[in-house]
Amino acid sequence: MNFVPILIFLGAAAAVVFAALLTNRLLAPHKPNPAKLTTYECGEEPVGSPWIRFNTRFYVIALIFIVFDVEVLFLFPWAVNLKQMGMFAWVEMAVFIAILSIGLAYVWAKRDLEWIKPKPGWVKSKD
Amino acid sequence: MNLEFLSQIPLLLTIVYCVAVVAFVFLFVLFSNWLERKISAHIQDRLGPMETGGWHGWSQAIADALKLLFKEDIIPAAADNKLFRLAPYLVFVGSLAGFAVLPFGAQLIGSDLNIGMYYVIAISSLVVIGILMAGWASNNKWALYGAMRAAAQMVSYEVPVALSLLVPVIMSGTMSMQEIVHNQEGYFWNWYVFRMFPFSFVAFIIYFWASLAEVNRNPFDLPEAESELVAGYFTEYSGMRFAIFFLAEYGNMFVVSAIAATVFLGGWQAPFPFLKFIPGAVWFIGKAMSLVFVQMWLRWTLPRLRVDQLMHVCWKIFLPFSFANLMLVGLWAVLWGK
Repeated sequence: MNFVPILIFLGAAAAVVFAALLTNRLLAPHKPNPAKLTTYECGEEPVGSPWIRFNTRFYVIALIFIVFDVEVLFLFPWAVNLKQMGMFAWVEMAVFIAILSIGLAYVWAKRDLEWIKPKPGWVKSKD
Repeated sequence: MNLEFLSQIPLLLTIVYCVAVVAFVFLFVLFSNWLERKISAHIQDRLGPMETGGWHGWSQAIADALKLLFKEDIIPAAADNKLFRLAPYLVFVGSLAGFAVLPFGAQLIGSDLNIGMYYVIAISSLVVIGILMAGWASNNKWALYGAMRAAAQMVSYEVPVALSLLVPVIMSGTMSMQEIVHNQEGYFWNWYVFRMFPFSFVAFIIYFWASLAEVNRNPFDLPEAESELVAGYFTEYSGMRFAIFFLAEYGNMFVVSAIAATVFLGGWQAPFPFLKFIPGAVWFIGKAMSLVFVQMWLRWTLPRLRVDQLMHVCWKIFLPFSFANLMLVGLWAVLWGK
């Protein structure tokens, strides 16, 4: 169990990026002008700012993700020790997953997994 | 060659190994960049680069890297300067950190953590933060859309990736990369992909498909869909900063393929014991490169999915299947695993 190499790899990665950018800075021309520094919008003048209220469609999905990611966190130690712990551990995890599956089924039925969620009043749209 | 004396100074050895891995990443990116152009060309009945360097344009990627090195680095006036500069660091660190636990050979590993598998899944999430940061800081609509799509997709597909990687963890009862490889010793039918048929094979397929989404490769390359989003989250990046994103992306391609090779295809083990005289690193890189080739092949063969189809595949197909698969493998391991 040795985390020192991990730190070395993290440091090396940052050093590589720094060295590459420094070389670029030394070699490449640097002549900025206002036209060059505009935001790219297919050659047109940018219309408005993208820093606006943005409909993050996957907001609910992000919440579900957190639930399932935490579940995966519990699954890792379970998976390592499953063979020693035997049937009891398996049944326990089956119950745990079943409870979470009910949650997934609920979200699924509520159509929160759709990218474009139909408005509540809508007639059932074809899937 | 006697390298015994190096074990007296493990820190130096690790640094040497780290430099070697960085060199390998650069070589891999140059080579696979050239390879991808040739493969895409031949799939589309073209020739691809033929001029640069003579033989089949072998130095095209090197020429491109040099070109990027001499390109002006433009930071748009409207961009958030600090975050814009920070994003490439996070993306590349997240990519290279994965290499630290890849077992290139019996001795060739940065650090054989006892939580190796978990570490890879955790550290690769750093890339998502880098991408969101790049997209937001660019202050560009294409970049923002690309980053939002990337975050939704990479976060969603992390769950099936983790669930299918749990299958080999159950089978070997450890998360250490080297121990998982050691448990697959012998003939190729001892590799995990062929054991517990078909559950492990299903896990391998789910992992491979979901990992395509994790690294934003076609058919899941919506975050950088050229025809609709210009270049996605790195639209505003130019010169070397662009090259860093490119490096990280290709590096991630290798990392996900190498993990698949490690946990499902026997890592550095030879397919037959009498082939053991060939160094493990050759087998490991060979297996990983074969999977990289399949990634390229798929990219130039399949059309891109729509964003709603992407979410559909993840949450309604991969997730239930990988949960069922995991529990069946668990049941098998409990009943006949000992």
